[in-house]
Amino acid sequence: MNHLKEEELIAYREGVAEQRAAISEHLAACEECREELQRIEAVLAALDTLPVPEPGPDYGRQVWKEIAPRLTHSPGRWWQVWLEPRRLAAAGAVVALIIAAFVAGRFTKRDGTGDNIANKEQVRERILVVAVGEHLGHSERMLIELSNAAPNDPAQKEVNISAEQHRAEDLLQENRLYRQTALQEGDAGLASVLDELERVLLDVAHSPEEVTPAQLEAIQKKIAARGILFKVRVVNKELQQRQEATKPAPAQKDSAKRERNKV
Amino acid sequence: MNRMQPSADSTQAIADSDAIAVERTLAGDRDAYRVLVERHSHNVFRLAYRMTGNRHDAEEVVQEAFLRGYQKLGQFAARANFGTWVYRIAANYAIDRMRQRQKEESRREAPRGEDRDGMENDPLNRVKDEAPTPERLTQSIELRKQMEQALSALSDAERTAFVMRHWEGCGIEEIAEVLKSSSNATKNTVFRAVQKLRRALQPFVETRAEARAMGTES
Repeated sequence: MNHLKEEELIAYREGVAEQRAAISEHLAACEECREELQRIEAVLAALDTLPVPEPGPDYGRQVWKEIAPRLTHSPGRWWQVWLEPRRLAAAGAVVALIIAAFVAGRFTKRDGTGDNIANKEQVRERILVVAVGEHLGHSERMLIELSNAAPNDPAQKEVNISAEQHRAEDLLQENRLYRQTALQEGDAGLASVLDELERVLLDVAHSPEEVTPAQLEAIQKKIAARGILFKVRVVNKELQQRQEATKPAPAQKDSAKRERNKV
Repeated sequence: MNRMQPSADSTQAIADSDAIAVERTLAGDRDAYRVLVERHSHNVFRLAYRMTGNRHDAEEVVQEAFLRGYQKLGQFAARANFGTWVYRIAANYAIDRMRQRQKEESRREAPRGEDRDGMENDPLNRVKDEAPTPERLTQSIELRKQMEQALSALSDAERTAFVMRHWEGCGIEEIAEVLKSSSNATKNTVFRAVQKLRRALQPFVETRAEARAMGTES
């Protein structure tokens, strides 16, 4: 009688043997192969005694606590990513800017003079100024609220900043868009402040929804250290002045100017 | 095999509940993913610990597996089993982690110039050189040390195949997918792993059995 090979016995023991019935039949009749199988089983049984530490009943919760702050983007199916509200909002803002710029171009195109080209630029800039001003206002309000957030009760162990966090996520999308537009328009000063604001928004958006008072204080200190609130206010003020400056002159004055030019 | 085998009904109920949690997560409910993390963390930890051999790396593997799972959830086939899927991600990451560890260790230690899969690194040869005295062999702690050494002397593929098959009861196809190998090659890897462990440990197991028979070991 040919004895079973070690390979066949291990495959049989580990449940991956192809000729399982034939091996069983052989083992029933062959004491030598049964003993060989027992020797293999003894080693495997010894290995089964190796302990695995018990991570504790709360382990699942601990894992969640560790990874939750790092789950920053919705997993979504690839096509759903484009249907997220904030992406739609950002895309909407781009479309609105394009349409506004197109309308501005159409509106000021009729004469084709140098004055009108300059006028077109002014209208386009005014649209950007209004949109960015509004964005900076929203960002400022969110940062003020976050800077003033505090535990309701001194014994409170965690403060929920999920509302600010979600607003920061939305503002982040808009901010990227305006920063790129400012760069394209050659407004390096505005682009630089938006870049700094983006870093702060990113920090807030990536913070946990619930933070300890110490973590909250650290975020507040970071906002204060960067002086971002002051910079945002200054830029917003400048934008308002620019908005005033780019307002179209009253029709009467315009016609008077034309009259002057005729002379 | 040590993997707990729940009844077919409870397995189906968990799979159905997992499928709902996956759908809800994909619909934007991040907390639904928490259910999946809390439900499968223990199993993934056990696999990760057995593969990496230490708690610190195992915990890192668990976190990374669930993070990667979340990021790739859009690619998860609705009919698949989430537990099996995240298991596979964890096994893949554990292999990467083990390789990284080996590189770090080989940078620290003097190079041995031996192939992990080669005969020079055969656990039998290594263990023979380090064979302790019969008295020490009678101690379970010594056997445990030998077992840990024998396991760490396996190649990454052998250890993965052995852990997933012997301890976790995974199917050959599932292991083959992790190892990016064919079914037959995976069966061979399981065989090689058990053969190496046997060669390394049988003398110690037999000595302990003899000591027990003679009443010199408690």
